[in-house]
Amino acid sequence: MDDNLQRIVVPAQLKSLQKSIAFVSSFTRKLGFDSRRLSEIELCVEEVLVNIFNYAYPGEPGEVEISCHSAPEGTLTIRIVDSGIPFNVLSSDDPDISLSIDERHIGGLGIYFVKQLMDRVEYHRENNKNVLSLINNGTATNRPVG
Amino acid sequence: MEINKKKEKDVLVISVSGRIDAVTAPDFEKNLSESIGAGEKTFLIKMNQLEYISSAGLRSILAIAKVLKTKEGKMIFSGLQGPVKDVFKISGFGSIFTIYDTEEDALKQF
Repeated sequence: MDDNLQRIVVPAQLKSLQKSIAFVSSFTRKLGFDSRRLSEIELCVEEVLVNIFNYAYPGEPGEVEISCHSAPEGTLTIRIVDSGIPFNVLSSDDPDISLSIDERHIGGLGIYFVKQLMDRVEYHRENNKNVLSLINNGTATNRPVG
Repeated sequence: MEINKKKEKDVLVISVSGRIDAVTAPDFEKNLSESIGAGEKTFLIKMNQLEYISSAGLRSILAIAKVLKTKEGKMIFSGLQGPVKDVFKISGFGSIFTIYDTEEDALKQF
């Protein structure tokens, strides 16, 4: 597998979701992940993007940059960058998934999915931007669900 | 996303296909809210043809389930596949809701 990098910049709004997911999928589909893993990756990208679309730029327009990188040994890194409000998604509390319908709160699940499903998630600030990296250790990793 | 509804005795069977993501979840929620408005209380959500659901979809499901509970109604599920099944498991929704393998199994409970 060759070293490969592709990037896209979209307006930070819900209307960009479909285009963004299509961009990531067209990249990941070539890497040999099974359909279940492809779907999990799509899910994580959606969760991160929707969070940015909803909260990063309150009351003003903004942009999100998405880049996909695959290394020769198979590691896939999806880097999502915004210049909105500083926010480390990794610092958010996990939802209590044992609560009943009545007690269960709406929200917090998206980021929890990202933490559960990706092999590694890294956040840092760079040039006043939020940089989040979703990292997959290649296609052959066993990933038990739950 | 596409939604089809039919009535089996007192149960409203709602078949949802395609994707429930942040874009389509509000339509899904609105569609089901209309059925609540029309007096429906027992929902069977059939997910055989549902390929994908994100947290936005789960949020809509939870919102509808909470409203149904206040009306002494309920929401059950059947036919979860692949990624949808996984998402229910990870989120704990698989434990807080009753899920059947098939529509037939689900309807036997009524």
